[in-house]
Amino acid sequence: MKFGVIVFPGSNCDDDMVYLLRETLGQQVVKLWHKDTSLQGCDFVVVPGGFSYGDYLRSGAIARFSPIMPEVQRHAERGGYVLGICNGFQILTEAGLLEGALLKNDHRKYTCKNVWLRSETQNTLLTRNLPAQSIYKIPIAHGDGRYYADEATLASLQEHDQIMFRYCTEAGKVEESVNPNGSIGNIAGICNKSRNVFGMMPHPERASELFLGNEDGLKMFQAILQK
Amino acid sequence: MNFIAEIDVMPRPELLDPQGKAVTLGLANLGMAQVADVRIGRHITIQLEAPTEKEAHDLVEKACKSLLANAIMENYTFHVKSLS
Repeated sequence: MKFGVIVFPGSNCDDDMVYLLRETLGQQVVKLWHKDTSLQGCDFVVVPGGFSYGDYLRSGAIARFSPIMPEVQRHAERGGYVLGICNGFQILTEAGLLEGALLKNDHRKYTCKNVWLRSETQNTLLTRNLPAQSIYKIPIAHGDGRYYADEATLASLQEHDQIMFRYCTEAGKVEESVNPNGSIGNIAGICNKSRNVFGMMPHPERASELFLGNEDGLKMFQAILQK
Repeated sequence: MNFIAEIDVMPRPELLDPQGKAVTLGLANLGMAQVADVRIGRHITIQLEAPTEKEAHDLVEKACKSLLANAIMENYTFHVKSLS
Protein backbone atom coordinates (compact mmCIF):
# COMPACT_ATOMS: atom_id res chain seq x y z
CA MET A 1 0.00 0.00 0.00
CA LYS A 2 1.30 3.47 -0.87
CA PHE A 3 0.89 6.03 1.89
CA GLY A 4 0.90 9.83 1.64
CA VAL A 5 1.44 12.01 4.70
CA ILE A 6 0.21 15.59 4.25
CA VAL A 7 2.43 18.37 5.59
CA PHE A 8 0.79 21.70 6.49
CA PRO A 9 2.67 24.67 7.91
CA GLY A 10 2.61 23.77 11.60
CA SER A 11 2.28 19.99 11.23
CA ASN A 12 4.67 18.35 13.70
CA CYS A 13 3.83 14.64 13.70
CA ASP A 14 4.49 14.11 9.99
CA ASP A 15 8.02 12.76 10.47
CA ASP A 16 6.92 10.34 13.19
CA MET A 17 4.30 8.99 10.81
CA VAL A 18 6.66 8.74 7.84
CA TYR A 19 9.27 6.98 10.01
CA LEU A 20 6.76 4.47 11.31
CA LEU A 21 5.35 3.64 7.89
CA ARG A 22 8.70 3.52 6.07
CA GLU A 23 11.20 2.21 8.63
CA THR A 24 9.08 0.13 10.97
CA LEU A 25 6.49 -1.18 8.53
CA GLY A 26 8.50 -1.11 5.29
CA GLN A 27 5.79 0.67 3.31
CA GLN A 28 6.11 3.06 0.41
CA VAL A 29 5.40 6.55 1.73
CA VAL A 30 5.61 10.09 0.34
CA LYS A 31 5.16 13.45 2.00
CA LEU A 32 2.51 15.59 0.35
CA TRP A 33 2.98 19.34 0.71
CA HIS A 34 -0.26 21.19 1.44
CA LYS A 35 0.15 23.26 -1.74
CA ASP A 36 0.35 20.14 -3.94
CA THR A 37 -2.70 19.27 -5.95
CA SER A 38 -1.83 15.61 -6.57
CA LEU A 39 -1.89 12.68 -4.17
CA GLN A 40 0.78 10.94 -6.30
CA GLY A 41 -1.27 7.79 -6.56
CA CYS A 42 -1.40 7.15 -2.81
CA ASP A 43 -3.87 4.54 -1.60
CA PHE A 44 -3.91 5.80 1.96
CA VAL A 45 -3.69 9.45 3.00
CA VAL A 46 -2.64 10.39 6.54
CA VAL A 47 -3.42 13.84 7.94
CA PRO A 48 -0.95 14.10 10.83
CA GLY A 49 -1.01 15.94 14.13
CA GLY A 50 0.38 19.37 14.91
CA PHE A 51 -0.88 22.92 14.86
CA SER A 52 -1.65 23.59 11.22
CA TYR A 53 -1.73 27.33 10.58
CA GLY A 54 -1.11 27.93 14.28
CA ASP A 55 -4.66 26.73 15.04
CA TYR A 56 -5.81 30.21 13.99
CA LEU A 57 -9.57 30.77 14.08
CA ARG A 58 -10.26 27.16 15.13
CA SER A 59 -8.08 24.03 15.07
CA GLY A 60 -8.09 22.75 11.50
CA ALA A 61 -10.29 25.56 10.15
CA ILE A 62 -7.72 27.09 7.79
CA ALA A 63 -5.99 23.85 6.79
CA ARG A 64 -9.17 22.54 5.21
CA PHE A 65 -8.83 25.22 2.50
CA SER A 66 -5.31 24.13 1.50
CA PRO A 67 -4.91 23.30 -2.20
CA ILE A 68 -4.41 19.59 -1.42
CA MET A 69 -7.72 19.25 0.41
CA PRO A 70 -10.05 19.08 -2.65
CA GLU A 71 -7.91 16.13 -3.79
CA VAL A 72 -8.28 14.49 -0.39
CA GLN A 73 -12.04 15.08 -0.64
CA ARG A 74 -12.17 13.42 -4.08
CA HIS A 75 -9.97 10.55 -2.87
CA ALA A 76 -12.40 9.96 0.02
CA GLU A 77 -15.42 10.16 -2.30
CA ARG A 78 -13.82 7.50 -4.52
CA GLY A 79 -13.55 5.27 -1.44
CA GLY A 80 -9.84 5.97 -0.80
CA TYR A 81 -8.60 5.70 2.78
CA VAL A 82 -7.95 8.80 4.90
CA LEU A 83 -6.76 8.80 8.52
CA GLY A 84 -6.58 11.98 10.59
CA ILE A 85 -4.76 11.91 13.92
CA CYS A 86 -5.17 14.69 16.49
CA ASN A 87 -4.95 17.93 14.45
CA GLY A 88 -5.65 15.70 11.44
CA PHE A 89 -8.94 14.63 13.05
CA GLN A 90 -9.79 18.29 13.66
CA ILE A 91 -9.05 19.11 10.00
CA LEU A 92 -11.25 16.25 8.76
CA THR A 93 -14.21 17.40 10.89
CA GLU A 94 -13.74 21.00 9.73
CA ALA A 95 -13.65 19.73 6.14
CA GLY A 96 -16.91 17.84 6.68
CA LEU A 97 -15.25 14.47 5.94
CA LEU A 98 -16.11 13.34 9.47
CA GLU A 99 -19.13 14.33 11.56
CA GLY A 100 -18.99 16.40 14.74
CA ALA A 101 -16.38 18.84 16.02
CA LEU A 102 -13.52 19.02 18.52
CA LEU A 103 -13.82 21.64 21.26
CA LYS A 104 -11.49 22.88 23.97
CA ASN A 105 -10.83 20.31 26.71
CA ASP A 106 -13.42 20.80 29.45
CA HIS A 107 -10.70 21.24 32.12
CA ARG A 108 -8.89 23.91 30.00
CA LYS A 109 -5.50 22.18 30.15
CA TYR A 110 -3.38 20.88 27.33
CA THR A 111 -2.99 17.21 28.21
CA CYS A 112 -0.09 14.97 27.21
CA LYS A 113 -0.24 11.51 28.75
CA ASN A 114 -1.00 7.87 28.12
CA VAL A 115 -4.68 6.93 28.12
CA TRP A 116 -6.52 3.65 27.66
CA LEU A 117 -8.66 3.08 24.61
CA ARG A 118 -11.26 0.41 23.93
CA SER A 119 -11.93 -0.61 20.35
CA GLU A 120 -15.67 -0.42 19.77
CA THR A 121 -16.11 -2.04 16.38
CA GLN A 122 -14.31 -4.57 14.20
CA ASN A 123 -15.98 -3.20 11.12
CA THR A 124 -13.28 -0.77 9.92
CA LEU A 125 -9.95 -1.26 8.17
CA LEU A 126 -8.22 0.15 11.24
CA THR A 127 -9.89 -2.13 13.76
CA ARG A 128 -10.94 -5.20 11.77
CA ASN A 129 -8.05 -7.33 13.03
CA LEU A 130 -8.20 -6.08 16.59
CA PRO A 131 -10.00 -8.35 19.04
CA ALA A 132 -13.46 -6.97 19.96
CA GLN A 133 -13.39 -4.54 22.89
CA SER A 134 -9.64 -4.92 23.32
CA ILE A 135 -7.76 -2.29 25.34
CA TYR A 136 -4.78 -0.21 24.16
CA LYS A 137 -2.47 2.20 25.91
CA ILE A 138 -2.00 5.15 23.55
CA PRO A 139 -0.76 8.68 24.28
CA ILE A 140 -2.83 11.81 23.77
CA ALA A 141 -1.40 15.32 23.37
CA HIS A 142 -4.04 17.97 22.80
CA GLY A 143 -5.84 21.03 24.11
CA ASP A 144 -8.86 20.79 21.80
CA GLY A 145 -9.89 17.16 22.02
CA ARG A 146 -13.43 17.30 23.38
CA TYR A 147 -15.39 15.46 20.72
CA TYR A 148 -18.89 16.83 20.31
CA ALA A 149 -21.81 15.95 18.09
CA ASP A 150 -25.46 16.85 18.57
CA GLU A 151 -27.91 14.19 19.72
CA ALA A 152 -29.11 13.24 16.26
CA THR A 153 -25.56 12.90 14.92
CA LEU A 154 -24.52 10.87 17.94
CA ALA A 155 -27.46 8.52 17.52
CA SER A 156 -26.58 8.13 13.86
CA LEU A 157 -22.91 7.41 14.68
CA GLN A 158 -24.04 4.69 17.04
CA GLU A 159 -26.62 3.28 14.67
CA HIS A 160 -24.08 3.03 11.86
CA ASP A 161 -21.36 1.57 14.10
CA GLN A 162 -19.04 4.51 13.40
CA ILE A 163 -17.46 4.83 16.86
CA MET A 164 -14.02 3.24 16.68
CA PHE A 165 -12.52 4.01 20.10
CA ARG A 166 -13.64 5.23 23.52
CA TYR A 167 -11.51 6.32 26.47
CA CYS A 168 -11.71 3.67 29.20
CA THR A 169 -10.09 2.41 32.38
CA GLU A 170 -7.22 -0.06 32.25
CA ALA A 171 -9.83 -2.75 32.80
CA GLY A 172 -11.82 -1.53 29.80
CA LYS A 173 -14.64 0.23 31.59
CA VAL A 174 -15.88 3.36 29.85
CA GLU A 175 -16.54 5.92 32.56
CA GLU A 176 -16.38 9.68 33.07
CA SER A 177 -13.47 9.48 35.55
CA VAL A 178 -11.08 8.50 32.74
CA ASN A 179 -12.44 10.89 30.14
CA PRO A 180 -9.39 13.10 29.45
CA ASN A 181 -11.13 16.00 27.74
CA GLY A 182 -14.91 15.88 28.27
CA SER A 183 -15.65 14.07 24.99
CA ILE A 184 -19.27 13.10 24.58
CA GLY A 185 -19.63 9.36 25.34
CA ASN A 186 -15.85 9.18 25.94
CA ILE A 187 -15.42 9.10 22.16
CA ALA A 188 -11.77 9.07 21.06
CA GLY A 189 -12.12 8.11 17.40
CA ILE A 190 -14.76 7.67 14.71
CA CYS A 191 -15.11 6.78 11.05
CA ASN A 192 -17.45 8.04 8.33
CA LYS A 193 -20.52 6.19 7.10
CA SER A 194 -18.65 4.72 4.13
CA ARG A 195 -15.98 3.45 6.55
CA ASN A 196 -13.00 4.76 4.61
CA VAL A 197 -12.29 8.00 6.54
CA PHE A 198 -11.01 7.68 10.11
CA GLY A 199 -10.25 10.24 12.81
CA MET A 200 -8.84 9.84 16.31
CA MET A 201 -7.33 12.17 18.90
CA PRO A 202 -4.79 9.70 20.41
CA HIS A 203 -1.44 9.15 18.68
CA PRO A 204 -0.82 5.46 17.84
CA GLU A 205 2.25 6.47 15.81
CA ARG A 206 3.91 7.55 19.07
CA ALA A 207 3.41 4.10 20.56
CA SER A 208 4.66 1.82 17.84
CA GLU A 209 8.12 0.71 18.82
CA LEU A 210 9.56 -1.06 21.83
CA PHE A 211 12.22 1.57 22.43
CA LEU A 212 9.39 4.09 22.86
CA GLY A 213 8.21 1.87 25.68
CA ASN A 214 4.92 1.00 24.05
CA GLU A 215 3.92 -0.99 20.97
CA ASP A 216 0.16 -0.88 21.34
CA GLY A 217 -0.21 1.62 18.48
CA LEU A 218 1.58 -0.70 16.09
CA LYS A 219 -1.33 -3.14 16.26
CA MET A 220 -3.59 -0.58 14.60
CA PHE A 221 -1.21 -0.05 11.70
CA GLN A 222 -0.61 -3.78 11.35
CA ALA A 223 -4.39 -4.19 11.21
CA ILE A 224 -4.43 -1.84 8.21
CA LEU A 225 -1.76 -3.84 6.40
CA GLN A 226 -2.98 -7.36 7.17
CA LYS A 227 -4.56 -9.03 4.16
CA MET B 1 -19.38 51.20 -2.04
CA ASN B 2 -17.30 50.44 1.03
CA PHE B 3 -18.76 48.59 3.95
CA ILE B 4 -17.65 47.34 7.29
CA ALA B 5 -19.13 44.23 8.82
CA GLU B 6 -19.02 43.72 12.57
CA ILE B 7 -19.33 40.01 13.32
CA ASP B 8 -19.72 38.22 16.64
CA VAL B 9 -19.06 34.49 16.87
CA MET B 10 -20.13 32.84 20.12
CA PRO B 11 -19.99 29.26 21.43
CA ARG B 12 -23.44 27.69 21.22
CA PRO B 13 -25.33 28.21 24.48
CA GLU B 14 -25.73 24.49 25.20
CA LEU B 15 -21.95 23.90 25.04
CA LEU B 16 -19.51 24.27 27.90
CA ASP B 17 -17.18 27.24 27.35
CA PRO B 18 -13.98 26.45 29.34
CA GLN B 19 -12.47 29.89 28.63
CA GLY B 20 -15.58 31.63 29.96
CA LYS B 21 -15.54 29.38 33.03
CA ALA B 22 -11.92 30.32 33.78
CA VAL B 23 -12.71 34.02 33.48
CA THR B 24 -15.82 33.64 35.68
CA LEU B 25 -13.56 32.20 38.39
CA GLY B 26 -10.98 34.93 37.83
CA LEU B 27 -13.55 37.66 38.29
CA ALA B 28 -14.87 35.99 41.44
CA ASN B 29 -11.28 35.90 42.75
CA LEU B 30 -11.06 39.66 42.13
CA GLY B 31 -14.03 40.14 44.42
CA MET B 32 -16.73 40.29 41.77
CA ALA B 33 -18.78 37.49 43.21
CA GLN B 34 -21.90 38.88 41.51
CA VAL B 35 -20.62 37.59 38.15
CA ALA B 36 -22.72 34.51 37.46
CA ASP B 37 -21.39 33.46 34.07
CA VAL B 38 -19.01 34.59 31.35
CA ARG B 39 -18.98 33.31 27.80
CA ILE B 40 -16.23 34.17 25.39
CA GLY B 41 -16.41 34.31 21.62
CA ARG B 42 -14.69 36.44 19.04
CA HIS B 43 -15.40 39.74 17.37
CA ILE B 44 -14.39 40.01 13.73
CA THR B 45 -14.48 43.07 11.46
CA ILE B 46 -14.37 42.80 7.72
CA GLN B 47 -13.97 45.75 5.37
CA LEU B 48 -15.27 45.09 1.90
CA GLU B 49 -16.44 46.61 -1.33
CA ALA B 50 -19.79 45.70 -2.81
CA PRO B 51 -22.25 47.35 -5.22
CA THR B 52 -25.09 47.30 -2.66
CA GLU B 53 -25.59 46.70 1.04
CA LYS B 54 -27.55 43.57 0.22
CA GLU B 55 -24.58 42.11 -1.66
CA ALA B 56 -22.20 43.05 1.16
CA HIS B 57 -24.57 41.31 3.57
CA ASP B 58 -24.71 38.17 1.41
CA LEU B 59 -20.93 38.00 1.15
CA VAL B 60 -20.47 38.30 4.92
CA GLU B 61 -23.12 35.64 5.44
CA LYS B 62 -21.17 33.35 3.12
CA ALA B 63 -17.88 34.10 4.94
CA CYS B 64 -19.48 33.26 8.28
CA LYS B 65 -21.03 30.03 7.01
CA SER B 66 -17.96 28.76 5.17
CA LEU B 67 -15.12 29.74 7.49
CA LEU B 68 -15.63 32.24 10.32
CA ALA B 69 -18.01 30.11 12.38
CA ASN B 70 -18.45 26.35 12.73
CA ALA B 71 -22.20 25.79 13.03
CA ILE B 72 -21.69 22.64 15.08
CA MET B 73 -20.15 24.61 17.93
CA GLU B 74 -20.78 28.31 17.27
CA ASN B 75 -23.50 30.84 16.42
CA TYR B 76 -22.84 34.12 14.66
CA THR B 77 -24.53 37.50 14.34
CA PHE B 78 -23.41 40.52 12.35
CA HIS B 79 -24.38 43.89 10.99
CA VAL B 80 -23.08 45.67 7.93
CA LYS B 81 -22.49 49.41 7.91
CA SER B 82 -21.77 51.69 4.95
CA LEU B 83 -18.46 53.56 5.19
CA SER B 84 -19.04 55.96 2.31
